[in-house]
Order: sequence, then structure tokens, then C-alpha cells
Amino acid sequence: MRTLARRIGFYLLTAVAAVTVDFLIPRVIPGNPLDAVLAHTQGQVITKATLRALEVQFGTHSKTGQWGQYLHYWSNLAHGNLGVSTSEGMVPVTTVIRGALPWTLGLVGTATVLSFILGTLLGILIAWRRGTWLDNLLPATTFFQAAPYFFLAFLAIDLFAIKLAWFPSGSARGILDFPAVNWTYISDVLDHAILPALTIVVASGAGWIVGMRNVMVTTMDEDYVLMAQAKGLPKRRVIWYAARNAILPSISGFSLAIGFVVSGALLTEIVFSYPGLGFVLLNAVQEADYALLQGVFLVITMAVLLANLAADFVYVFLDPRTRQEA
Amino acid sequence: MSAARSAATRDGEPLLDVRGLCADYGAGPGAVHAVMDADLMLHRGEVLGLAGESGSGKSTLAYAITRLLRAPGIITAGSVRYHSGSGQSIDLLAADEHQLRVLRWSQISVVMQSAMNALNPVISIGSQLTDVLRAHVPGMSKAGRRARAAELLTMVGITTDRLGSYPHELSGGMRQRVMIAMAVALQPEVVIMDEPTTALDVVTQREILQELAELRERLGFAVLFITHDLSLLIEIADSIAVMYAGRLVERAEAAALFRAPRHPYSLGLLSSFPPLHGPRRPMTGIPGSPPDLRNLPAGCAFHPRCSYVMDRCRTDLPPLLELTEGPGRQAACWLQDGSAPAPAELALPVPPAGRVTAAGQLQAGAARLDQVNLRSRS
Repeated sequence: MRTLARRIGFYLLTAVAAVTVDFLIPRVIPGNPLDAVLAHTQGQVITKATLRALEVQFGTHSKTGQWGQYLHYWSNLAHGNLGVSTSEGMVPVTTVIRGALPWTLGLVGTATVLSFILGTLLGILIAWRRGTWLDNLLPATTFFQAAPYFFLAFLAIDLFAIKLAWFPSGSARGILDFPAVNWTYISDVLDHAILPALTIVVASGAGWIVGMRNVMVTTMDEDYVLMAQAKGLPKRRVIWYAARNAILPSISGFSLAIGFVVSGALLTEIVFSYPGLGFVLLNAVQEADYALLQGVFLVITMAVLLANLAADFVYVFLDPRTRQEA
Repeated sequence: MSAARSAATRDGEPLLDVRGLCADYGAGPGAVHAVMDADLMLHRGEVLGLAGESGSGKSTLAYAITRLLRAPGIITAGSVRYHSGSGQSIDLLAADEHQLRVLRWSQISVVMQSAMNALNPVISIGSQLTDVLRAHVPGMSKAGRRARAAELLTMVGITTDRLGSYPHELSGGMRQRVMIAMAVALQPEVVIMDEPTTALDVVTQREILQELAELRERLGFAVLFITHDLSLLIEIADSIAVMYAGRLVERAEAAALFRAPRHPYSLGLLSSFPPLHGPRRPMTGIPGSPPDLRNLPAGCAFHPRCSYVMDRCRTDLPPLLELTEGPGRQAACWLQDGSAPAPAELALPVPPAGRVTAAGQLQAGAARLDQVNLRSRS
């Protein structure tokens, strides 16, 4: 238990550092949000009062020192105020993120979990049946991993969305622009998600397969696996003896992958015009939307930290050797 | 317990009959012949020692018998008949997967050299003990399995609160005890021990051997004991088979082998270890090193290291000859074929056979180890 308390303390410290870095980022990159807004006005008349109001809003000419700004930033954060997005029509950043996050979590999250589960199971199977035709799956999956993702995605769109017209080629939903809990809406959302999710699973699955297969092959040579066979245990139990140990390295990789789900599969969301957080991030960069950038970064960092913390908990649960005090 | 007792009364009946067993690593012309033409007979309640240097094929032979050879190991010839208590006999090499699974552990269990590696690091001791019960005793309740696991631990002198422990939380000796408790969980007829005490210090070795002796006394199982330590075998085994370069080269009762070895290799092994009791012998060892199994010398594989080598040894492979002095006494050496008197060291008289019980010998072995330990400490 003390081990976990110490881990939590460590993650809290890291979170504070991450927030601090997030505070510093817009202050060290050139330009300022006011210029970005003005660039957007495109010929509209800006009165002195408007300019003044914007200055106050962004605090660009504020007399407060850096330290004061930093404290103010924390206070805003505590109130859930991440500022307004200049590129999305002065909407609060939290609203923009809240609108995009579910799509990303739904699509990339499901695809990542699916890819991990399928890849790991296939890895176990290929290792167990080493020397059979299943070995041929390895180079095939590695090909999908090595091929540039956008190329793969475009191919998928060309084949399945345009030539065969099985799936829509972009966006997250069709005509129904409002969420509803009925089959029409759900099937529409699924219809839009299948193709991008499939490309993610195909492209990232190989990593899980190869990782799991390689560790599994070495684990199968361990004495305790031979022992499980000598004990006359059912085959499934013998595989479990090996897999239970072989999965440990994959768990670390999975926690990282889960953390990065939040940042969205940037390429996927661009190629499929999927309105997730990755798409928002790309827009924020292109439009120099400082507050939105900051907000997205913060969400991503926190998600990575949380995923790692969760992985630590799971690891302690799965591997008794990590429970010992160092 | 009653099953084990009735087995003990049938001591001496054949239990495991190995004939002409050959095991290779790899296939085709590059195959390494790790075990060649091995005949072995384990009787009910007997302790059979299998001795030899590293790479002599003794572990390969044991794992081939149980069909546990790892890839690329394959069995190329021979038969292994297991005579179960009910009078049935099964050829283990022809058994299908289901038959094997049922037979394993309930009839033949294994204790491996390194308990640290043989115990699964992420599964608790308790569930590693109960999973054999779950697999082999389908009717047993969860509480029943738990109670049996606790009983087994107590049997080897480990407190039952250790059921929830993981292997890394136990000492080396405790781990090996857990392995032994596991091995007898289903009261098997045969326990194969692959250097069970080699990784332990002498004090722990002594305790473990003591424990084994007591368990054998209670449960009456037969033991195939594999070790390179011939002097240890002399103390605990009823009979001994010596292996060299994949072949059995000598077979004898333990006392006979110790007092009157008939193969130069056995003699060499005996002079490589300080005897645990009896008169001191000069320790000479065996010159050279074990041969490369991919490139065995012609004739007798031992001839390049043998100080009694004759011309014939360089060309002709000696068969395992039945010696005249008694049943079960065999040696694969041209010196013993009767064409000429053997050198004095290899023709010592066999002591009168006063067959000591195996358990008694185990205990004696433990006590002797104790003496060695005291001697080395003083």
C-alpha cells in the first residue's frame, strides 16, 4: 500500500510540473493571441473599445508580473476556466474540448483497446503454435504497420467508401446532427466509425502481435511452463501459465497507448475528417489559438498521467514482485 | 494413504520399463543423438540413481520418459511401459495427449533442479498447489483443495500461512520443499528428481534429503534420482545407472558400484568426489572433458579419456554386457568381456549384499552429509 501512496505522490508532483510547463508554453512561443484574433477579423472595424476589451480578455498588456499570472492561471484552472477559443468563435475552451473528446474516446479508445486485445490474443496463439502456418501472419501484419498510415487510410477510403460504398468516407455522423438514443442514430455513428477504427486496428495491431509473440516464445521456454505441462494441467491452463507472465511488458505499452488515445489518432481524424480532439488540436495550431492549444495539451498530459497511474495499479495487481518495498 | 500402502507391499514389481530409448535434438543428418539405446527398469518403491557428467544425456533421458522433451528434442525409437497399480500397462511413447495428461502427476511427477524457475513467479504457492488437484481430482471442493494444500505444506515443514505467498517471498530451501510437496500431492507412484538438491547449500541439502526419506517412508513412491554427484547417489539409491555420452555404461546396486566399479568411467567418477564415508581415496578426477555429441569418437566414446584404452576400444563400440557376478550387473567395457582378466581396480570383489531399505539409506545419506558439513566447517 505504501508503494502505491508513493506512486500517487509522484504523479501529483508530475501533474504540477505539467501544468507549469503548460502555463509557460504560450509565453515562450512567438506572437500573441491578440494578433491572432485581429488577423481573423478580416477588414471588420475594430473600435478602440473593442481592442481594449480584447486586451483585458487576453491580458496581453496586463501589468501583473509573471508570478501573479501563474497564480491566476491556477485559480482559473481550479474554476474550470481554460479561457476562450479564438478560432471557434470565442467559445469557452472547455466547451470545444467537451464537444470533441467523446468522439475521440469513442473511436480511438475503442480501436486501441480492440487492437490490444486482438493483437495480444493473436500473439499468444502464434507463439503457442510456433512453426505452423500461423507464422506467416507475422510478416503480413508487419507490412501493415510499416506502410505509411495515411496511405493505408486513403486506400481504405478509396476501396471501401468510394469503390464499394460500404461505409461513408468522412465525418462522424450523417444528417442527424443531434445526439439521440435510438437505433438510427447509433447505427449511423457506428457506420461512420467502423472504417477509421479498422484502419487503426490494422495499423497498430502488428505491434501488439509481435510484442506479445516474442515475449511469449521466450516465456514458453521457462521451467514453470514445462512444469505446468508435467503437472498434467489442461492446455488452456498451461497457456495461461505462460501468458500471465508474458503479458507484463505489453501492459506497460498499453498504458502509454491509452494515455495517447486522448490526443486522438491525429492522422486518422484528419484523413477521415473525424471531429475529435486531434482534429481540434490541428486547427488550434493552424489558427494560433493559444488558449485552445493550452487546454488540449493539459487534457492530453493529464490523460497520460492518469493512464500511467492506472497501469501502475494494474501492474502491482498482476505482478506480485513489484509489491515489495525497494 | 491406503493406495500408497498397498503399493509398498508390492515393492520390487516392475513399474517403469524403458527399452531401447533413443532421443535426438534436431532431425536429419545434423541431429545430435543425446540418448542412444537406453534400457532402464524402475521397480516399485525403488530409488534408481542416474549419474553422469553434464551433457551425458541423463536429464534428456528422464524428460524423454515423461514425454516432456522440449523442442527440438524428439524421441526416435524405443518404448516406455508404465505398469499402473491396477495391472494395466501403458506405452507412454504411444499414449495420446489425454492419456498423458491424466497420467502426469497422478502417476509420475517431477521435481526440477531450480525451484525458483520451476515455480510460476506471478501465481501464489497456494494456487500452484491446488491447480493439480483441480485438474486431477474433479470432485474435490474448493475448501477441500485448500485444506489438502495446507496439509501438503505442513508435511514438508512449511507453515500454512505461506499458502498466499509468492515464490520470490520464499527461501531457496522452502521453494524446493514446496516443489516436493507439489510432487507428492496426488500420491504418485514415481517421482523423477532432476538434481533436486544441486542448487542448495549442504545444510539445506541435508534437510531436504531427510524430508524426502520420511515422505518415501510414508508414501512409498519410487524415485528416479538424477545427479552428477555419484557419492550422493551411493548413499541414497538402491541401484545406479551411469551414463556417458548418451549411453548407459554401467548398472549395478549402489553398494556394488561404490565398492567395485566395473567401468573405467564409473571409477573415474568415484575418484572425482570425496567419499562421504569409508576409507579416503585419492581424488584424481577424469582427464579431458565430455565429448562433443555431434562428433563422437569412434568405438567406445570414452576411449580418449580412458587410461586402460586398448586397440579394440578405438574401433568397436562395446555393448552393455551382462556380467557374471550377479543379476542386474552390467558394464559396457571390453575389459569386462571375459577375454582377459580386468585390471585390479576394475575387478574388486563385490561386498556381500546386505540390502538396506531405501529410506534407511536416504537417512544415512543425510547423516553423512551432516558429517561432511561439520568437517568442512571445522
